[in-house]
Amino acid sequence: MEKKGWDGFEIGAMLRSFEGAVSGIATILPEDRPYSASSSFTASVADWRIQKPLFNKDYCIDCQFCWVYCPDLSIISRDKKMVGIDFDHCKGCGICVQVCPTNPKSLLMFPEQIEEEVALAEWPTKNTSKATTEAKEE
Amino acid sequence: MADTFELRDIEVWDGNMAASHALRQAQVDVVAAYPITPSTPIVENYANFKANGYIDGEFVMTESEHGAMSCCIGAAAAGGRVATATSSQGFALMVETLYSASGMRIPIVLNVVNRAIGAPLNVNGDHSDMYMGRDSGWIQIDCYNPQNVYDMNLIAFRVSEDHDVRLPAMVHQDGFMTSHTAQGVKTLSDEVAYNFVGEYKPMNDMLDLDHPVTHGVQTEEDWHFEHKARQQHALMTAVIPKIQAAFDDFEKLTGRKYNIVETYNMDDAEVAVVCMGTSVETAEEVSNELRAQGIKAGVVGIRVFRPFPLEQIAAALKDVKAIAALDRSSPHGTVGALFNELSGALFNTDTKAVMTNYIYGLGGRDLTKAHLVEIYNDLKANADAGKPTTPLQQYIGLRGPKLSFF
Repeated sequence: MEKKGWDGFEIGAMLRSFEGAVSGIATILPEDRPYSASSSFTASVADWRIQKPLFNKDYCIDCQFCWVYCPDLSIISRDKKMVGIDFDHCKGCGICVQVCPTNPKSLLMFPEQIEEEVALAEWPTKNTSKATTEAKEE
Repeated sequence: MADTFELRDIEVWDGNMAASHALRQAQVDVVAAYPITPSTPIVENYANFKANGYIDGEFVMTESEHGAMSCCIGAAAAGGRVATATSSQGFALMVETLYSASGMRIPIVLNVVNRAIGAPLNVNGDHSDMYMGRDSGWIQIDCYNPQNVYDMNLIAFRVSEDHDVRLPAMVHQDGFMTSHTAQGVKTLSDEVAYNFVGEYKPMNDMLDLDHPVTHGVQTEEDWHFEHKARQQHALMTAVIPKIQAAFDDFEKLTGRKYNIVETYNMDDAEVAVVCMGTSVETAEEVSNELRAQGIKAGVVGIRVFRPFPLEQIAAALKDVKAIAALDRSSPHGTVGALFNELSGALFNTDTKAVMTNYIYGLGGRDLTKAHLVEIYNDLKANADAGKPTTPLQQYIGLRGPKLSFF
């Protein structure tokens, strides 16, 4: 964002969410909204993250738990189908992984630097251990 | 729709009632308040008007002055005309939010009924609270009597809400001496008063849903300095001309003339007292009496305390030989604030005037005419000697051994 001089911006401790006027904004998908340069939607905070969640759609049942629980609106879901993760805003907290109910999990945490293909190749298989299942039910 | 309040041309009002009626006539959208002596009757009267159908706006009782000003800030950011009142300890509790209001560039009118700040606890009038607000970024307008309070409230809305200004404004009056002393106050009809204030014109309001805004954002070292500079620029350049324009329009409407700096007997004055609040009128009376005795005494009253009118003050004092800055607040470790301001205003001018400082009237102690005669006599001696004949800072009206510093 351009760092303007003291006379180059609007008065007050105030930021606009959008460029220009908007109407019916709730019916427009986030990626299609005219977010302003000062909106946090436009800013990337990816470098806050040291681990990242990755998504394996082979196991996902589209329960939307991750979408509901994500504290940063970083799970992208369309028509109640899990699409992926907004890596510009995900802080890597891991809550999505915790709440994922599938076996194996459809979301797992990986080191930030790992390639997605490598991670998917390492994905664990279904855990059939009875002890684990029982522990989960408790 | 609120009922019209039929007023006589002259009403017998104290300063608090004058403020209450001005707020009513301005058709304020939100008053959020917490009571504190001696400002309580302003919002109490206002609540009474509301209960009796004279007010359409909201009246919010809050849990503290901090909450009251926070509520005012929210309502003003949302896009409403907003006002409240406070004093002393309540003002002190508001201070954090005062800086928010000015930094957020939102208009609010705050009636401050000046009162001492404890300890020791004291409910009477001095200027400690007004002085506490002087770096807060608000416009500060000072009143000497109930008529001023009525007039300055109407003017304050106009200036504060102007889109070139957008800074909150305090209207100050002396606790009890003005706030509880009833005098004849010339009134305007509800319609005329409202038309003078004008319809509220929103700017960057949160209720404009087509232009969503976030108010009260955070900035760090990369932006904060620019924001504060922009705020200071508005306070220093836009406010005085807008107040002057409002004074001019007000004079056309009412015949009552106000000035950024009020001067009395100053045309040929050799010695001048500079003061604020109710002391101004007392000093005026004393200056007349001393003129009968051959002392060319004048009075300068500060009408606009923030932004401090450096140029106007310098012009008013350029020809005098001795000046007394009267501060009604304990400066606690230095000279009085008014002494400092006047020094700053005059330092790079050609004046050779001798300037001294008097601390007076703390906690509601009276400033008598005898005190002012004493001050003017000191000034005459300073003027004749061309240098200070007294210590720089003296206490006046204090019991015990004479107290002075520097």
